[in-house]
Amino acid sequence: MRVSCPDVKFAKMVITQYGGPDGELSASLRYLNQRYSMPFNKAKALLTDIGTEELAHMEMIAALVYKLIQGADCEDFKAAGWEGQYVQHDHGLFWTDANGVPWTAKYIAALGDPITDLTEDMAAEQKARTTYEHLIECTDDPCVKDTLRFLWEREVVHFQRFGEMLNEVNEYMGKCHIWNGHKFEKK
Amino acid sequence: MNCEKQLAMLKRIQEMEFVAVELNLYLDTHPCDEDAINDYNCAVDALCKLKKEYEEEYGPLMNFGFSYSDKPWQWIESPWPWEM
Ligand SMILES: [Fe+2]
Repeated sequence: MRVSCPDVKFAKMVITQYGGPDGELSASLRYLNQRYSMPFNKAKALLTDIGTEELAHMEMIAALVYKLIQGADCEDFKAAGWEGQYVQHDHGLFWTDANGVPWTAKYIAALGDPITDLTEDMAAEQKARTTYEHLIECTDDPCVKDTLRFLWEREVVHFQRFGEMLNEVNEYMGKCHIWNGHKFEKK
Repeated sequence: MNCEKQLAMLKRIQEMEFVAVELNLYLDTHPCDEDAINDYNCAVDALCKLKKEYEEEYGPLMNFGFSYSDKPWQWIESPWPWEM
């Protein structure tokens, strides 16, 4: 994890991938929480594994923000329009989006229906991908762009894997099972 | 942290861990792909070797019972990811 030089203004933007609606904390908790009601082992494994990978991504974003504000003082935060961060948290990290809105469990859905939840997960990956695209546009630092491109690409891979799992659940239902509210039953 | 050799070894571990993560996710949805399982097992072998080399020189990568410690307690000497 490298940055060419501290950039408080960009830290204020990229914090949304720490504590925003489509950030890495939301992603991680969404998948690790949804895995309990998945219908078979493959799906439980996939949610466990992607949820764990997202936790690692959250640490990457945390390290990125930490480095982007390294050495910054009150005046630097003011110049970047992020004095609220300085006043309330100084160099401590806090889960908010780019507008300072604190993280909330409302960002996460869990309906307990595997088709609904996997569809939600696919949308979440696309939202994260789009957010990374916006962020990549907003920085000129080649090191930061590299990190963000890596994370961007992971969202594309996760979307692919969730799509494959959704197809499997659909097939499983199409063949001989129906979803009766909390478990699959033979037709 | 400014030790180039340590950073280079960590980078190789991270690269191989990435290979393992990517194959792991792929295998979750393609569990019968034997070539991918062979590749995954190769990554496990390479990782074991790399981690052993690293830990012998620089101390534990993991705590909570995954690695031994010299004396004094080595875990607290580890470089933290956000300081590298
Ligand atoms: Fe993701």
